[in-house]
Formats: sequence, structure tokens, C-alpha cells
Amino acid sequence: MSRLAQGGLIDRTRQLPFTFDGETLLGLAGDTLASALLANGRHLVGRSFKYHRPRGIMTAGSEEPNALVTITRGNHAIPNLRATTQELYRALDARSQNRFPSLDFDLLAVNDLLSPFFGAGFYYKTFMWPRSFWDRVYEPVIRRAAGLGELGTEPDDRLHDKGFAHCDLLVIGAGPAGLIAALAAGRAGLDVILADEDFLFGGRLNAERIHLDDQPGNEWAAGVVTELRQMDNVRLMGRTTVTGTYDGGIYGAVQRVADHLPAVPGNVPEQIFWRINARHSILATGAIEQPIIFPGNDRPGVMMAGAVRSYLNRFAVAAGRSVAIFSNNDTGHRTAADLQAAGVEVAAVIDTRPDAIPQGDYPLLSGAQVIGTRGRLRLREISVQTASGRRKLRADCLAVAGVWAPALHLSCHLGARPVWRDDINAFVPADGAVPGMRAAGAVAGHQTTRDTLKSGLAAARAVIAEHGRKAARIRLPHCSDGPTEGAPFWHVTKGKGRAWVDFQNDVTAKDIAQAHRENFRASEHLKRYTTLGMAPDQGKTANMAALALMAELQRRSIPEVGTTTFRPPYVPVSMAALGAHGAGKGFAPERLMPSDALARKHGAEFVELGLWQRPAWYPRPGETTWRESCDREACMVRETVGICDMTTLGKIDVQGRNAAEFLDRIYVNTMSKLAVGRTRYGVMLREDGFVMDDGTVARLGKRHFLLTSTTGAHDQVWRHLTFCAQVLWPDLDVQLCDVTEAWAQFAIAGPKARALLQRLTRADISNDAMPFMSWREVKLGKVFARLFRISYSGELGFELAVPAQYGPSLAEALEECARAKGGDWFGLEALNVLRLEKGFLTHAEIDGRVTLDDLGMARLMAGKDCIGKVMADRPALRAPDRMQLVGLKPAGASKLLLGGAHLFTPGDPVDREHDQGVITSQCFSPHLGHPIALALLRGGRGRIGQQILMHDHLRGVETLCEVCAPVFLDPEGGRMRG
Amino acid sequence: MKLDCPLCGARDIREFHYQGAASLADRPDPDAPEAQQVFLDYVYMRDNPAGENRELWFHAHGCGAWLVATRNVTTHEFLSVRLAAAREAAP
Ligand SMILES: [Zn+2]
Repeated sequence: MSRLAQGGLIDRTRQLPFTFDGETLLGLAGDTLASALLANGRHLVGRSFKYHRPRGIMTAGSEEPNALVTITRGNHAIPNLRATTQELYRALDARSQNRFPSLDFDLLAVNDLLSPFFGAGFYYKTFMWPRSFWDRVYEPVIRRAAGLGELGTEPDDRLHDKGFAHCDLLVIGAGPAGLIAALAAGRAGLDVILADEDFLFGGRLNAERIHLDDQPGNEWAAGVVTELRQMDNVRLMGRTTVTGTYDGGIYGAVQRVADHLPAVPGNVPEQIFWRINARHSILATGAIEQPIIFPGNDRPGVMMAGAVRSYLNRFAVAAGRSVAIFSNNDTGHRTAADLQAAGVEVAAVIDTRPDAIPQGDYPLLSGAQVIGTRGRLRLREISVQTASGRRKLRADCLAVAGVWAPALHLSCHLGARPVWRDDINAFVPADGAVPGMRAAGAVAGHQTTRDTLKSGLAAARAVIAEHGRKAARIRLPHCSDGPTEGAPFWHVTKGKGRAWVDFQNDVTAKDIAQAHRENFRASEHLKRYTTLGMAPDQGKTANMAALALMAELQRRSIPEVGTTTFRPPYVPVSMAALGAHGAGKGFAPERLMPSDALARKHGAEFVELGLWQRPAWYPRPGETTWRESCDREACMVRETVGICDMTTLGKIDVQGRNAAEFLDRIYVNTMSKLAVGRTRYGVMLREDGFVMDDGTVARLGKRHFLLTSTTGAHDQVWRHLTFCAQVLWPDLDVQLCDVTEAWAQFAIAGPKARALLQRLTRADISNDAMPFMSWREVKLGKVFARLFRISYSGELGFELAVPAQYGPSLAEALEECARAKGGDWFGLEALNVLRLEKGFLTHAEIDGRVTLDDLGMARLMAGKDCIGKVMADRPALRAPDRMQLVGLKPAGASKLLLGGAHLFTPGDPVDREHDQGVITSQCFSPHLGHPIALALLRGGRGRIGQQILMHDHLRGVETLCEVCAPVFLDPEGGRMRG
Repeated sequence: MKLDCPLCGARDIREFHYQGAASLADRPDPDAPEAQQVFLDYVYMRDNPAGENRELWFHAHGCGAWLVATRNVTTHEFLSVRLAAAREAAP
């Protein structure tokens, strides 16, 4: 065991058993999975991505590149969780990744021997040839070997949630700077959210031996947290990582609500993805220690020195029995002092600075470098180059103390570039990088606790002042730590073997040199060529060293080489959290028609149209295919009567002194001459001259109209009309109201339609009183309804509209009356047959690329101006060889007509160059006894009577067709006028 | 992102529909000579400034108002918002 006998912020009274790769181990409450593994002497926790190298725990935070594990919760396995941030719980079940068959013995480690072939750019070089190998050889091999972890295959039924929060000030990070900022803002009465990804607030104060006044740092932090908890205006969000900065003071954050619990209590989400609206924010995310690159630096047991101190001071775990320290700055010596204070042997401090002096009683090698490591699956020995020669040192842990790079990612998400500071060898956030954001503490380049506290307080004071509040006096404590000195040293060039830069994506210093030789020199090119920084950790421990290496190769400074682009999310966020409530029924809202319950009772088959759930057909006992039901329903309408819920049609109420004038400017035809009590078919164009939509216009009064729009185009039409009214012609007196959902509307179609209606109303609806294309108000009992004499089926037809709340009862009444007349409901499929037989249009034809003339309706265009008229008159839009609407019927042995199939002149090659058109809609016409289709055909109106070949490349079907007029039934319209 | 609707206050950008440049508000005279050329410019040609841009936004999932907003497209900062129906105030 590596657990120390005393110290640490863990609860020794609460032992937590857990399993790793099936082996049961013991940890303590307050442990992370990583600290518990280290307490059990386990460094080796995974295999690397490309070479399957054995890898150990390297850090103690969310920047961890190596220690990714799969944790099983219930029947769901969650891959790629960082052991360094995963809180330990009773019976936690973790498995290592990327190993086959086991962690200690991995067959794919053969990749490591083949590494000369897997170097930089290997994706681009290796898999190019031969082409026949792509699918059969390379793809399966890559699938087997690559990828991090494995997703579960069961549907994920765990609960996740979305959250929305608003505050005056979001403090990101609860280290010393964040804590004091939140305290000052909280005391000043601001609405504050303090978010930290750890489950224990305090940041480095929990990991270092620093005193604030006479208190250990962690106790000072706990005291501040206690005061903050008592403030109603402060929300503490632990286990919450702010993952992204967005425009307008919006921050994304993922809160791990239940990831630390053995089982999730009912109705508690596992995670919540928050959208936090904050007028101001204080970025107090601290800094991330950067490795020094040397040969063999990926051996389990090689860790960051800051992590060694975290495990030692916070978790009371010694990362090794004999720890060597490789340092380019004073924190290496601090690490030695901490280890010695805990009774852990310090093998040596190897300091790259020739003038380094010992700060305690331990062996010091000044001006020395680690040039190699040895040990199978665990560090055993290191090689050191000193001024006087080479020597070997025994150590089972090597703590690497490097430069601390500000964790400034969130300040760059809006595109700002960080600023280089020579004095600390690091990038810091640019001033004003994010409107409303201030950086404080280590992320702003401050190094001592005292400076960190000071900058946190200053940032809070500035925010408080901007909110017009007064800041209370806060006395800064005396802090025991002083400034640290260091030298920029990134890369050991001596020694043999590979030196790793990006541990998660397996990129070495040699790869970077090779990319440089092959002229991939811009940092963004290097990234893509070597995949450096492109793993889920986004290079948090790799990018800085890579820039330093590139700077060396190019003989330039780091800021001249540049920096990489930081993008959200700061840490990986599960799709389940991002898409909370977005699966299954939550994917899209459902709009239900008034007759929905009735249709479900009848067992109708439904289809989605827009968001509407529409019955497609109503199967009857004995009917085995949809066609049987559809044919029966279509024939029923032609022979007796059918009813259909048309509520989905868009309905727009237009009123005002200039309503008629307004509609004249919208529609190609004239609406101002429409008499009260009449309805008219109308077409509107977009301003570019193409058809937007068609529908009917009913004149309800002198200054009052009602328009219908196609179900699927309603949003566009509504937006267009409001645009015209408010933006183009605000001087017209016209008011619009979208009444789509205010009215339930049913079609009653067929020879017995009038007889059916007469069972419901006493109003005179005879052909004289109510001719085709008229409307009137009728009374159904005590309810006023609107009855329109319009037809989308070509039969005697009405549409009856009542206020929506009467829809379900009217549906029942209509059903009873229809059945009394030998009729019934018909669905969308039958409706499609009926309209196709008549050549009526849908948006399969009005596809956004057709003109009025293409549809054969140029005669509708009135003399006045309207939207789109000028542009519709462009010569190319009047060309005779444009695709024009025609009908098609089979003319050969094959009768099959297929929607989307293309048309060719018989004898021509069936290729793109000879394409003549496309079938837009098709159906089987039960009245004609064969399939029919509408098509857009080049110069189609001039080809009526000729033959054309339908060729469906996808389904391999060819049908010879006759081109005909796009009306198949009752071209004179006698049936609907009768 | 948030947009400050003059009728509803600051609302999440997802409530709004972005239509395009505010020049769309100035529909040309269809009877002018060369009307087709003028309309071509109106319909298809846009300035592409790296900075302030006047734009049309529709509060689709809100009050239904069309707005003219001035936005810095490099920072996404809205500099001003007004109702499109309230024609520009006299200078
Ligand atoms: Zn609004």
C-alpha cells in the first residue's frame, strides 16, 4: 500500500471497495479513482491509442491524457472517463481500455515494434494504395486497433437534463482567486454562480502545503466555502466544468450530478448540461503543468510533479517508494520538501539549471537532464546526463516539474488569441478576449498565492463597481509561499529512444521533427499532419511543448510560431448530456389533429408531415397492403363520400383598410376584385421569381380575408407575409394573424358530400345558393362554422371549419353522417391519389425551382405588380426548353413509375448529359387501372403525345411512358362544379 | 447570443430567424427603367463587411416583429435594434 499513515483530505473511516479490471481494491471516501489506484500501488492503467504502449497516471486533473477508463453503471458502459477526475464510490466498476487481451499483455503492442511505419502522416501515406485494400484490409484493421474505448451497444436510458441559469457574475474555478472573488461579490450582494469541476473547492490550496495566515490552505478554502454557502445570492456548483464560452455572455457547463453515486436516486439526472447567462465572468481556471520532453517519458511512474504533490498532500498517497524529480524550476524542490516531510525517499532532484542550489537535504544534480528510463510496465531506473557524465538512478516514480501554462482555453473560444509573456514563459488571456470576462489568478499569470488572491479580489471589485455596488473591505491573508524561479527548458535532445509529446494521440518529438522536414510548419498544419493536440484532451499537456519544439526547429520564438485554436468543449461532454431529452419522443414536438384520437381508435397508419401526425390510411379487416386501403378510400370518394382532417393547412387571417391591396401585391392574381363570399385559388412567388406556395383566398368581408397555405410551407409563407407587411410596406393598413391552430377544418368530398352536410345544417347549400368557390357561414347547433366550397379531390367538395375546441366533436359527427351515406375517413395516401388524378400540385412539384410558367399557369399572372413579377420575367425563366409540368402514363410492357426517377429521350444514353427531367409524384390510379405520374420535363408541353423513357438508376427500373397533359380525370371539372 | 427585442426584451437568439441584409427592406420601384437589373442587385447582391452590418431579424418564436439590427459580424455584438415597421427616424 502507498497510503500514508496520516494527513490528506480523505475520510479514513469510510472504506470503499471498488474493482479495476475485475480485481477488488480498497479506497477511501474523498479519493478519485486515480488516487485510489495509486494508493494500491497501481500506476499502469491503460494502453496508448496508436502503439498500445503501457501508460500510467500522469496528472491529477481533467488534463489527464493517459488514465482513461470505462466505468460500468447499471447495464451501461461509459468509456473514456478520466480516472483523475472520477470520484470514487462504493463498488465502482472500472476497466482499462485499448488492451487486448489484458493490460499486462497486449497483442497489439506489436504496433509499437512497427512504429517506424506509424509515424507522422501515416494515415495519409500508408493507406493510399492499393485501392482495393481500403475496404477489406485497412478499414477492419484500423477499426480493431484505433479508437479510444468502446461504447455500450444497449440504448442509453439514463436520465440527463438541460439547465438554464442566469447570474450577475459567473466565477469559473474555485481556487484561491475564484474563492475570494466569489466572496467579495457575494458580500456585495451580486447574484453569483461559482463553478468548479472538482468535488472539493479550493483548487491548489488542497494540493500544496501553503498557509494563509495561521491556517493550512485547505482550511482557509473550507472557511470561505462555509460563508458562501450561507449566502442566498451565491450558488455553488461543484462537479461542474464550464466547457464553452459563447457570444453574449453565455457559458456552457456540464454538471456531473450523480456520477459519484453508486446508484442514481429516482428522477435525479446523471448529468445536467447548463446554459449559464452571465453579465460578467471571472476566469479563475488556474494553470496546467507542462511536461519536459525526454526519451522514455511515457513509462508508467513518470508523472507531473504537481500531481505527485496533489496525491501526497490531498490524498495522502505516495506515488512511489523512491521518487526522483526532474525540474526546470523551483517547484521541483518544493516537491522534494513535501515528499521528505511525508517520509518518502527522494532519490534525487535533477535540475536543468546549472546554478540550481539545494533547498533541503536531498541529492541534487544541477545542470542535469533525464535522458532515458527503464522498467517493464513500471519505472525502475532513470539515466541522467550530468556535466561530468552519465549515471543511472533507481526510482519507481519520476516527478516532472515543468512550466505552468495558464488554462486560458475559455478566453479563446470567441476567437481571441492569447498573449505571450516572456517573464513567465507562458501565454495569458488577452485583455478583452471575451466581453465581460476578466482573468484572475494563475490563469492571468500570477504565481504566488498572495498575488492570486489580490488579482481575484481586484477582478471582483471591478465587477461590483460595474453593477453599481459597493465592495466590502476584505483583508488579504499572509501567504507562506514565495515566488518561484525557473528557466524555459522544454526538450531533452540527448539520449536514445522516443520522447512523447502528445500522450493521448501518441505523437513523439521525432514526429514533429519529421513534419518540419516535410514542410508542415504552421502550427495548424503540424496539428493535422501529426494529429498532435487532436485527441479528446485537446493537447492540454502537449501543445506548449510542441510549440517549443517547433520554435527550436524553426529557430524562432514560441510566440512567433503561434498558438493553436481552442474550441469548446474544454473537456469531453457526453452526447447524452448535450442532447438531453432529445431522444425518442423528445426529438421533435408532435402536432396532433382534432381527429387524432378517433383515427388511432380506428387503427389508422400514421405518417409525419412537418411535425403533424397525419393518418396515411385506415386499414380495414381483410386488407393486407396499404394499396388495398388506399384504393378503396380513393374509390369511396369518387363514388360516395369521404371525410378527411385538413386542420394541418396553414390559415392566415388578413384584415385592414389595405388588406385587398396587400394581397394584390402578394399573389400573382388579383384578389382585390374577389367578391365577399367567394374564394379563389392563388399563387405567390418569391422575389426571385420562383413559386413559393399556392392556396386559396376567401373574402370574409370588405376588409377581411382568410388565406390557406400548404402545411409544409406555412412557416415560410407566414414569415414572408409578415416581412411584406412590416418591412416592405409598413404604411399599408393591414393586420395578420396566424389562425392555423384556432380552426379545425375537415374536407367532405364526393357525390354525396352535400347530402352529408345537410344532415348537419339547415343552411341552404344548394349549388345555386353555394356555387363552386364560394363560402358561407353555417350554424352547427349553436356553433358558427365556416363552410368553403372548394375541392382538392376533383369531386363535389366542401371544407368545414369550426373553432378548434369543437374539432373532436365535429369529427365524430362527420364520421356518423359519412357512414350513414356509405362513406368514411380517407387518409393522406388516398388524398394524394385524388389530387394526382386531377393534376393538383404539392411541394413535390413546387420544389423552389419552378416558375409559374413551368407549372403551366402563366395565365394567372395579372397586369399589376406583385412580389417576384419583375424577376419572373427574366428571359432564361421564360425559355421554351425549361422543365415543364406534364403527366406521364406507362406506354410499354413495364407499368412501373417511380418518384424521383429521371427521364430520357428514347434512344439517348441514360446519363446526366442527356437528362430530360424527373418524376415529381406518382401513384396507382384505381380509376384508370394503371400508374400515373406528374413530371417536370424539358420543353414538356411541346412533347405531349410523344414517348419518353423513365430510367431509375437506383432501383434499376426502365419504363417507356407517354407524355400527356397533367390532368387524368374530368379535365373540364364538371364533377366538382356539380 | 441574445438579441434585445424592443417589444420583448433580451431573448435567446434561437427565438429569432435571421433573414439577411437590411437592404432587403428597400424594394426597388418595379416600374423604373432597367427595373430587372435593379431587382437583380436587390435580390442577389450583398455587401460583405467585416464589421458593422445592418440586418433583418424576425422574432419568429416571440412577438412576431421584424427587427432591423446593427451587428458587428466580427464580434457578434449587437449595436442597435429597432422595429422594422418603425421606419428610420429622421437624421
Ligand atoms: Zn419580440
